[in-house]
Amino acid sequence: MAGLATEAGSVPVDEPREPLRERVRDIGFWADWAAAIGLLAIVLVFGIASPSFLTLGNIEAMLVSAAILVVLAVGQAFVISTSGIDLSIASVMTFGAVVLGLLYAAGWPILFACAGGVLAAAAAGAVNGLLVAKGRVPDFVVTLGMFSAASGAALILSDGQPTDVVDPALLTLASGSVGPIGYSVIVAAVVAVLGHIVLFRTRFGVHVLATGGNAEGARAMGVRIGRVRLVVYLISGVLAGLAAILLVSRLGAAEPAINTTYLLNAIAAVVLGGVSLRGGRGSIAGPVLGALLLTALTNGLTLLGISQFYQPLAVGIVVVLAALLMRYQR
Amino acid sequence: MTGPTSPISQDVLLGVEQLSKSFGNVRALRDISLWLPRGQITALVGDNGAGKSTLVRVLSGVHQPDHGRVTFAGQPVRFADPQAARLAGIETVHQNLALVDELTVWQNLFLNRELVRRLGPFAVLDRGAMQVKAREMLARLSVNVPPVRAKVQRLSGGQRQAVAIARAAGWGSKLVIMDEPTAALGVQETARVEELIAGLRAEGMTILLISHNFEQVLRLADRVWVLRSGALAGGRLTTETTGEELVGLVTGAIAG
Ligand SMILES: Nc1ncnc2c1ncn2[C@@H]1O[C@H](COP(=O)(O)OP(=O)(O)OP(=O)(O)O)[C@@H](O)[C@H]1O
Ligand SMILES: [Mg+2]
Repeated sequence: MAGLATEAGSVPVDEPREPLRERVRDIGFWADWAAAIGLLAIVLVFGIASPSFLTLGNIEAMLVSAAILVVLAVGQAFVISTSGIDLSIASVMTFGAVVLGLLYAAGWPILFACAGGVLAAAAAGAVNGLLVAKGRVPDFVVTLGMFSAASGAALILSDGQPTDVVDPALLTLASGSVGPIGYSVIVAAVVAVLGHIVLFRTRFGVHVLATGGNAEGARAMGVRIGRVRLVVYLISGVLAGLAAILLVSRLGAAEPAINTTYLLNAIAAVVLGGVSLRGGRGSIAGPVLGALLLTALTNGLTLLGISQFYQPLAVGIVVVLAALLMRYQR
Repeated sequence: MTGPTSPISQDVLLGVEQLSKSFGNVRALRDISLWLPRGQITALVGDNGAGKSTLVRVLSGVHQPDHGRVTFAGQPVRFADPQAARLAGIETVHQNLALVDELTVWQNLFLNRELVRRLGPFAVLDRGAMQVKAREMLARLSVNVPPVRAKVQRLSGGQRQAVAIARAAGWGSKLVIMDEPTAALGVQETARVEELIAGLRAEGMTILLISHNFEQVLRLADRVWVLRSGALAGGRLTTETTGEELVGLVTGAIAG
């Protein structure tokens, strides 16, 4: 695909490019840019409908609330690029958050408590990866099991109770900013940029895409597809742990509540971003735009005073429309 | 077994002794013994399901044999995975090509051989260098060269074959195995691929060519081994055999 998703690498520059006018008539062009166009459309519609939508304050708030979803979507994008799926990503985040909260409550310094939360989430990701890669259990089954196990572990460890984490450093992460850009937004941006570099500028990234595109072919070329699969689930776990820190900092507490909206939105963001569920077609910029789109949609509906009950419906419609358009991807 | 000449008397690059491989009840290879003389083109023929691709996959490290020995460049070898075979100097054009459709031509050519630049502790892909070298690798094929930055998905069958062959031939390897490299090709593309194979031989490369086209085998190869139902039915020098004899060996009309 042309621009945002798989880099300039796919454009046959040895041939002259089609003129823009021609390309705009091609439905594939729209499919390639679905997330960006969708985001633009939503910004226009809500910008006209609600005067407060495009204020600096609201944009800042949207970016902050998109940060967690962006981090999760980057992790999910790696997994889906190998034609896997991580259904446990949001419950692993919850699990990491609970571990963080308990360690903090036990008197650990906040930095160590955060590291403990990330490690716990990474361990869950590693278990996913080992079962998929070495145990050859289908990813869907493994991560569905982990979805349940991680939420259960979070409930057991916390006894179903939220743990307050009132720490000045974490508070700064949630509310502090450099100019208008919140720290959590910067964290998400750094994750996205690193994710993009890893996926498109390293050998590992090429092997991720090759594993997703043609696992047997990649193996025949000596790519260690088992190791690649293990590492993408590990990445997903680590990023779920990072998202847990952002979540705890935002809520001021570690809550064991099951967070299915984050799971569904993380997958939706990746699909909106043009990453094929069949694997091989990866992107980081696309899922990031997808996450921003979903956040803007929810935010806009709230600003217009539309009942929260309509939000999942709206998200569903957008995702299915995008999936339809995606069929015309080049 | 009636080999063309004794294996001891000549320079053997790869030797196979009593190799067997089963998949469940299917005995895909039974006690195969054969050898590939260095610097020559050796053909392997046989009907569908005779075990040709299975032998290729064993030699390229995709499958491990149940029994038997493989020697390569005088050393006994056992390839645990395809990377081990590639490191030893065996490159393979698999029957299903093993190209990744979603990746570009240059990414496929350099799959698992990516060139990197070091930036402190990090290694980032040297995309420019790979694209330049990819053009050189393809230029050897001289025909209808696909753009290196195009996705493989968009290439014609002949162009894909060219990419797969360029990849196998491009690494200064000792042995190139080609499993039906012209099966999906038109007349002109077939001629080009045959030219390429002859060119590789002229450069001193050893080649194992799997083909159903006996005329092609007689035209290109120095010698030919025949598989029938997983067993070796015979071996001939191409100068001393005919298409009819090969057909007989393949079908079993001639005992071998
Ligand atoms: N991975 C596998 N699992 C199970 N059976 C297999 C496998 N690979 C090959 N076989 C079986 O082994 C036998 C030999 O197959 P192989 O692919 O080596 O034949 P071939 O000579 O290459 O045929 P063709 O000319 O059609 O390519 C067949 O009966 C096939 O069904
Ligand atoms: Mg075959």
